[in-house]
Amino acid sequence: MTWTDFSEWLPQLLVAAGGTLKMSVLAFTLAVFAGLLIALARTSRRRAVSAVATCYVELIRGTPALTQLFLIYFGLASAGVILPAFTAAVVGLGLNYAAYMSEVYRAGIAAVHRGQREAALAIGMTNALAMRNIILPQAVRIVVPPMANYAVSLLKDTSVASLISAPELMLRARDLSSEYFMPMELYVLAGVMYLVMAYPLAKGARYLELRMGQGRIAS
Amino acid sequence: MPDDVGRRPLLRIVGLHKRFGTLEVLRGVDLQVLAGEKLSIIGPSGSGKTTLLRCINWLERPSDGEILIDDQPIGETRSGDRRVEMRDVELARMRARIGMVFQRFNLFPHLTALDNVAIGPIKVLRQPKQEARREARALLDKVGLAHKCDVYPDMLSGGQQQRVAIARALAMQPTLMLFDEATSALDPELVGEVLTVIRGLAAEGMTMIIVTHEMQFAEDISDRVIFMDHGQIVEQGPPHQIFRAPAETRTREFLRAVIDRQVYAAETA
Amino acid sequence: MSGGPWERFAAQFPELLDTLLLGVEMTVIVTFGGFVVAMVLGMAGALLRNARMVPIRMLGTLYVDVFRSVPVLTQLFIIYFGLAELGVKLDPIPAAIIGFGINGGAYLTEVFRAGIEAIHRGQNEAALAIGMTRAQALRVIVLPQAVRVVLPPLGNFAIGLLKDTSVASSVAAPELSFRAHMLVDQTYLSTQIYLTVAALYLAMSLPLAYGVRKLERRMARGRLA
Repeated sequence: MTWTDFSEWLPQLLVAAGGTLKMSVLAFTLAVFAGLLIALARTSRRRAVSAVATCYVELIRGTPALTQLFLIYFGLASAGVILPAFTAAVVGLGLNYAAYMSEVYRAGIAAVHRGQREAALAIGMTNALAMRNIILPQAVRIVVPPMANYAVSLLKDTSVASLISAPELMLRARDLSSEYFMPMELYVLAGVMYLVMAYPLAKGARYLELRMGQGRIAS
Repeated sequence: MPDDVGRRPLLRIVGLHKRFGTLEVLRGVDLQVLAGEKLSIIGPSGSGKTTLLRCINWLERPSDGEILIDDQPIGETRSGDRRVEMRDVELARMRARIGMVFQRFNLFPHLTALDNVAIGPIKVLRQPKQEARREARALLDKVGLAHKCDVYPDMLSGGQQQRVAIARALAMQPTLMLFDEATSALDPELVGEVLTVIRGLAAEGMTMIIVTHEMQFAEDISDRVIFMDHGQIVEQGPPHQIFRAPAETRTREFLRAVIDRQVYAAETA
Repeated sequence: MSGGPWERFAAQFPELLDTLLLGVEMTVIVTFGGFVVAMVLGMAGALLRNARMVPIRMLGTLYVDVFRSVPVLTQLFIIYFGLAELGVKLDPIPAAIIGFGINGGAYLTEVFRAGIEAIHRGQNEAALAIGMTRAQALRVIVLPQAVRVVLPPLGNFAIGLLKDTSVASSVAAPELSFRAHMLVDQTYLSTQIYLTVAALYLAMSLPLAYGVRKLERRMARGRLA
């Protein structure tokens, strides 16, 4: 690798890393909201609703994200729904992580003592009010650290989206590699860029874990 | 009873049963509580007294029977033989009129003492925040905790937490207060401050049902005492009768065991 | 060929399934191989991170931080395409096993370390106090307790690894996803084939998940100082 090569690659890879970040943020946002809906659906008193939500979580967690991406990108296309690769990746990864997120919420809600819900009901709150004002605010402290950890692995998993040709860092590295025939240099460079993005995030997650440890939660 | 003329039953319980699986915790309880009445429920643990209390505000769903507050059924309505469960919102509205104080306080740990008291009026009654907080402050003052408004529950002693919990229930201006072993989780030296607050409420004429192990307190405060065992009301009557001259053997045995234990505890303390 | 895709799929199903099952076999091999390598590296990593000498400890930390911050796909590409550029030409399957092994080792380092840390220091001291040697204390007192802490996350790691091996299709390792890809290229039955693939992955991961859940429940009951 010469300096010229490097100076040609770097701007392209940086732009692609921007794509990785954008994809991560969008998919994570989707996962946070969809995950909450799934978690609430699983606590629903209606059997059908909670059964569907449980099935969803089991099916998603039991299959590779790659297979899900292929189904959304190639499978839907054969049914006439043609999504751009980037959109397919955001939707696929977002819905995949939503299943994991819902488990995090569920654990968080379960960790809030039963008496909290009862006390809220006893002063006349509806189930929805109790969830919003009493249980979720306490569950958040339990939920945030594992969520941050999922953000780190989501960031890394966006690399898989390159396999459906979604524009992000790995795709660019592969394209450049087939152009310059220098895979070692390019993939190590891509690896370093992932490291630069993921490492601070992982440290942040660790910090949150330590800080949230002593929150105000009834147990 | 001539002095009951004109007093209406605030709470009416008819044929209440509660089963957990095969275990029958309540086996046909009938009970009426008049407005302004102070009722204590005593009995061995596992006798069903806490379950009875939790059924009244439908935290526990009765297996059978009917509970009426001011002649309005709580939890479910009947059309013929069908029991139709109340909508969440309706149930909440009924619960708002029944204050409950828990054994383990159940204060909301993410809210200050003041907001623990104010959150019901703000969220349920939709009072303006300023007004709700002002009233909450007055209630905390009433239970002797005006100086603890901005403190979080984890910085309060057990007795203080329970007084905040009482203020939280009062903030909803309930017509009926339920006390579920409100002093059982407290260190002995903290019991007094909570009992004093409850006594004050009784003096103001609040209707209350008290499940308690404090026999002296029950005798002092109650208009009527109920002894429960094995999910049924065994005996009831004015306190001097229940405590001084119980008619039933089971009541006598229970009281003797409790009093022996309390005397023993007092002697060894 | 005539008929809708589902009819074509039904007609060809036996052959398709045969090919996919060959892939399943390879998926199991890559998963198992990667798991064994990850176990060895994870234990080594945990020892490094618990070493007394600071530079050695830093080596362990470096291993974990680097390999846990880079996608496994990137690591596979470095091992398969990158090393080939330097003249080290690995077959796809060994490359995948090594890649998943190294990546998983970084993860398991943390799992094993947590397992060791979860055992209260008093346990070791109590064992020494009744006259056990350090080795005895480790073998008889500390490790049996650590295993309880470590088994559930190990199970979850195995499930994650099983699914992650699908990524090895990108270095042409002939596992399930790769076979599926080839079949889709030939038949254009993407929905049908990928759904079958999903079902096959489920058939492998659900029993594992069930086992882990059972294990978790059993372990939760076990006593831990």
